[in-house]
Amino acid sequence: MALADPTRRNILELLATSGELPATAIYQHFPVSPQAISQHLKVLREAHLVEMDKRAQKHVYRLNPRTLSQFEAWVQQTRQLWEERFAALDTVLAMEKQKGAE
Amino acid sequence: MSANKTNISAEPGKQEILITREFDAPRELVFKAITDPQLIPQWWGPRYLSTEVDRMDPRPGGQWRFINRDAQGNTYAFHGVYHEILAPQRIIDTFEFEGLPETGHVTLETMKLDALPGGRTRLTVQSVFQSVADRDGTLQSGMEEGLNDTYNRLEELLLNP
Repeated sequence: MALADPTRRNILELLATSGELPATAIYQHFPVSPQAISQHLKVLREAHLVEMDKRAQKHVYRLNPRTLSQFEAWVQQTRQLWEERFAALDTVLAMEKQKGAE
Repeated sequence: MSANKTNISAEPGKQEILITREFDAPRELVFKAITDPQLIPQWWGPRYLSTEVDRMDPRPGGQWRFINRDAQGNTYAFHGVYHEILAPQRIIDTFEFEGLPETGHVTLETMKLDALPGGRTRLTVQSVFQSVADRDGTLQSGMEEGLNDTYNRLEELLLNP
């Protein structure tokens, strides 16, 4: 079930939580050489898992939304359930606070 | 109120999900709200379902069972056992959805409450599933698509770039 290479998986996870990152910032998250990470990024790019833009001489990476949209949809559904639950809990807490104040 | 953001961390290929959220209420009150059977129906279920507390005995070894009901009368029940109730900072319990094709797919749930300055509270919910498939399958129950295809596709892509 796990993805083939843990470093590549970690890169995907990092991009999933950060949105987008320049290559240099990605390098800093890993104990291996920038060359090794660069190689992983190349593989991920060729597999269409990540996209890269050149901006002001920086290589900026992000997840490829088309490939990962299913996973994001699932996270989104999960988020919605918990957000509804917590919004309702906010209301309960406000009412309980009021009761305590009376 | 809506300024309190829900953070969800569910990384591909892992068998846990981490959820954090802050509340504008002191820790004792948040703890009371989430352990009070009378308050559960007001917040626990999704908005479009009603929630009924069938059993709730919040002490170590005590059982809980909640029933969600939709407008058509379909029911979705969940149950588990409280492992630890440490007021006002921690609740550990098991969680099982009764609607799965087979029993035994149990989740270990840890709810941690941290007191924050200004009478606020941070709630962290960690759910550890028995497998990655369980995590995604259980969370998906009632929803149409599984994630296995995505994982398989990703795996394929990474193995055969």
